[in-house]
Amino acid sequence: MISLETTFAPVLATGLTSYAWLIIAIPAISAAILLLGGRLLDQVGHWLGVAAVTASFVIAACLFGYQLMSDESARAISVPLYTWIAAGTWKVTAGLLIDQLSILFALLITGVGALIHLYSVGYMAHDERRRRFFAYLNLFIAAMLTLVLADNYLVLFVGWEGVGLASYLLIGFWQHKPSAAAAAKKAFVMNRIGDLGLTMAVMSMLALFGSSSFTAVNAGAEHLDAFWLSTIGLLLLLGACGKSAQVPLQAWLLDAMEGPTPVSALIHAATMVTAGVYLVVRSHAIFSISPVASTAVVVVGAVTLLFGAWIGTSKDDIKKVLAGSTMSQIGYMMLAAGIGPVGYAFAIFHLLTHGFFKANMFLGAGSIMHAMDDDVNMRHYGALRKVLPWTFWTFAMGYLAIIGVPPLAGFFSKDHIIEAAFSTSMVAGLAALIGAGITAFYMTRLMFMTFGGQQRWLPGVHPHESPKMMTIPLVVLAVFSVIAGAAMNAWIQDWLVPAAGNHPHEIEWLPTPIGWLTMLLVAAGVALGWYLFGRQPVPSEAPASRNPFTVAGRNDLFGDLINDTVVVRPTMLASRGLVANDDRVIDGGVGGLATLTVGLSNQVRKLQTGQVRNYALTMTLGVVLVGVIVILSQLG
Amino acid sequence: MSPDNYLYLAAALFAIGTAGVMLRRNALVAFMSVELMLNAANLAMVAFASARGNLDGQVATFFVMVVAAAEVVVGLSIIITIYRTRRSTSVDAANLLKL
Repeated sequence: MISLETTFAPVLATGLTSYAWLIIAIPAISAAILLLGGRLLDQVGHWLGVAAVTASFVIAACLFGYQLMSDESARAISVPLYTWIAAGTWKVTAGLLIDQLSILFALLITGVGALIHLYSVGYMAHDERRRRFFAYLNLFIAAMLTLVLADNYLVLFVGWEGVGLASYLLIGFWQHKPSAAAAAKKAFVMNRIGDLGLTMAVMSMLALFGSSSFTAVNAGAEHLDAFWLSTIGLLLLLGACGKSAQVPLQAWLLDAMEGPTPVSALIHAATMVTAGVYLVVRSHAIFSISPVASTAVVVVGAVTLLFGAWIGTSKDDIKKVLAGSTMSQIGYMMLAAGIGPVGYAFAIFHLLTHGFFKANMFLGAGSIMHAMDDDVNMRHYGALRKVLPWTFWTFAMGYLAIIGVPPLAGFFSKDHIIEAAFSTSMVAGLAALIGAGITAFYMTRLMFMTFGGQQRWLPGVHPHESPKMMTIPLVVLAVFSVIAGAAMNAWIQDWLVPAAGNHPHEIEWLPTPIGWLTMLLVAAGVALGWYLFGRQPVPSEAPASRNPFTVAGRNDLFGDLINDTVVVRPTMLASRGLVANDDRVIDGGVGGLATLTVGLSNQVRKLQTGQVRNYALTMTLGVVLVGVIVILSQLG
Repeated sequence: MSPDNYLYLAAALFAIGTAGVMLRRNALVAFMSVELMLNAANLAMVAFASARGNLDGQVATFFVMVVAAAEVVVGLSIIITIYRTRRSTSVDAANLLKL
């Protein structure tokens, strides 16, 4: 058992902090105004959206400042709002918990969110449904903040479903494209499987602890027997897998790239897909004492980080490369969250740095698509370095950060995870190490195919740099991609102790032997990328390949095929069987009974001849029969 | 007085009436057969009344006669109506009352 003596009970909000709910209310109200306002708001609606998120960011920053200034024991603030459900002795209150963990998320969501809102003003300038787009984005921000600021699992679940809805609406934003509509539906349905896990976990908690608040669950977890610990842990992991696109529920994320690029940056890279990691870290009391559940998290993380990296190496669609990379990086976070108290802070650390550099690169990809008439095929790019200087330099910062070049953000956060993985399990460590090498390879490939080499532009494409509205967020995010790692490296572990229950240990500023090995592998990955895609011209048609690795990667490692074979087709077969059963057995039974009745009636009908003398005969026989019976009974 | 002989006569009359109803096609004859059956019953009741020495059976017989008189009125008018429309009093001809 791990004692959590460093955990402080959250203090009740007083004064201005009790208005913390405004951080959620402002974007929610803004979304409502934008949706109900109609065409009146078409000209100004987007600025309202930007203002709402900025206001939330300011509130989050104030709360963060307040926490920095308070004593460690008074940093976690609980803001009770109202009684949500009261049934007999059973009561659920809705409230917010603003502690060291949730404030970091709130800052990331509103900060990156505000930048992406600003970027979208430029990116969606020519879309006639821009107002609706901003309403959905605001709705997403409100739901995501509900998710991370909730003080119990039931309210968290409300936010969880809210981001699922916003994700669905935004993936399918260009609903006139059948592929976008299908991708939205796919994401929704696959998330539903994960939601089922989360629902069952929350219900189990309510049954076992009588409450779903984080405090009650953390306190009660220690006294739980191993079976329920593993069950709740695995159910939570199922929920996390759905939302965070981890194997085996990964297939929706690549299709989700059908949505507008700012959506991919905000929801499917920086914030929503990391909710699974948040869930695992938030439930640390369960995972840290359940070896089954935490091992499952490690396995899922390690498999996904290789899986996503593999897909990243073979795709030609720039957004899908980045999506594979997102899966892979979230795999790192899951891995870190699974290895126990040593890794919680690193999972969150990597989550934050990844939020910056991946949002940066997605927005960069959006800028490139903007220049290339919405073409996403990297084989039609090439030599964009001179044409799109701002995009190139900011993207390059994201690139250096993700592959882990010191002293950029990704170096610190990823290096810690790899070392922590080695300290726990050789296999997990090796997976993380190899993943780092593959990351370097596919990102180098992306860089060379996009910015290097010769022009392979399609006829009629005239690339131009994006407007200021889009490049400013890129620059800000690039700056954070550079400095965020070094800025948080020494601080984040101690900061998170009360909320995440992690065990801080000494930070090495200089690379350790494993760090050197990682850098060696990264260098090898970069060199291989250059050798294959930088040194020689890239064909503008994807060459046919029989290499099983390439074929598998191009087909998303047959994720859809597996889903089809394992789930979809058996379900279809079972449905057809049920339909046949309904048609033949049930309808047949009912119909058969009706036919039988009709047939018998037709026979009985023949008694009605219309012949009066026949009726007379029947009556006579009846009377005789009655008489005989009466006489016989008298005799007896 | 033993009612046996009266009862034999009543049973015979009733049997003749029943056979008439079942066998004759002419509605008027069938109707007369019904009257025969009623009167067979009347005869039996009168015989019982006489044998038991009270008036119960005779009172019942009066009721039967009254009802039979009323029934004849209704029955004959139906038969006449049928005869007017069909030009026949055969009971087999009026066989539309069936499915």
